[in-house]
Amino acid sequence: MLERNLARRAPTVSPLVSEASVTVRPLDPQGRLAFRIKPAALAGRGTIDGFDLTGAINSRTSPEADSGMRTALRLGPDEWMLITAADEVDERCEAISAALTGVPHSLVDVSHRDVGFSVEGPGADVVVNAGCPIDLAAKAFPAGSATRTILGKAEIVLARLAADRFTVTTWRTFAPYVQGFLVEATRS
Amino acid sequence: MLLIDCPYCGKRPEVEFHCGGEAHIARPETPTAVGDADWGSFLYYRTNPKGVQAERWLHGHGCGRWFNALRDTVSDAFVATYEMGKPRPDRDAATASTPSNA
Repeated sequence: MLERNLARRAPTVSPLVSEASVTVRPLDPQGRLAFRIKPAALAGRGTIDGFDLTGAINSRTSPEADSGMRTALRLGPDEWMLITAADEVDERCEAISAALTGVPHSLVDVSHRDVGFSVEGPGADVVVNAGCPIDLAAKAFPAGSATRTILGKAEIVLARLAADRFTVTTWRTFAPYVQGFLVEATRS
Repeated sequence: MLLIDCPYCGKRPEVEFHCGGEAHIARPETPTAVGDADWGSFLYYRTNPKGVQAERWLHGHGCGRWFNALRDTVSDAFVATYEMGKPRPDRDAATASTPSNA
């Protein structure tokens, strides 16, 4: 808890300015939960505490369009990143744990670990592709996709909210590097 | 860039992956019953073939899962990929169903 409060108090990065059409903006603090459970242990539960877990691997599900308060990113066969409001983390943890009493699972609050950026504007995919080797064509990575991947030398979690709107999430220590990388990419 | 067909994520760039050496090497059930030579062989001696071999691969910067792959050590072509715990596929059958992506 102390670490999380410290992380909130001291912003890791401040906005960098670029006059390009694509904007790279640090996101406000979000609640993030690393959730792992075997699909068999879910036993048909599609939704837990409002989080929709039925999405395919590398997809993003959000029950209310554009709300982002109960977003689930499926990063692997048995791994989800649950995103919620920064001040609701404890309630979400308790509710999910209560819903899964007696079921083997792992739920860890990693809100303080990551820093998120939004990459928005015409050509946002080109900016992300400047350092990310995956295919971001609309067919291969449509809106609603989310995956863990690489940007330059840093590991990121990339989610596509719309054709020209991405969120890039990375570890706090990588954040200045990732921000500099993206802003530099918007300039070239 | 070389694309590797992760059994969970589909084709992804090779920089997201890490090779974990030869696959299908079973640890002896009772190590105390194994002689020094056999134990040394289990620990250190690998086939190192010139041609197709089964390897363990980790999609570390992706889904985070280990899987097995048949890779040609001469051409670096991935012949097939399959989940952990499944038997090694027959090379010809694998070639017919999964064309090389090198």
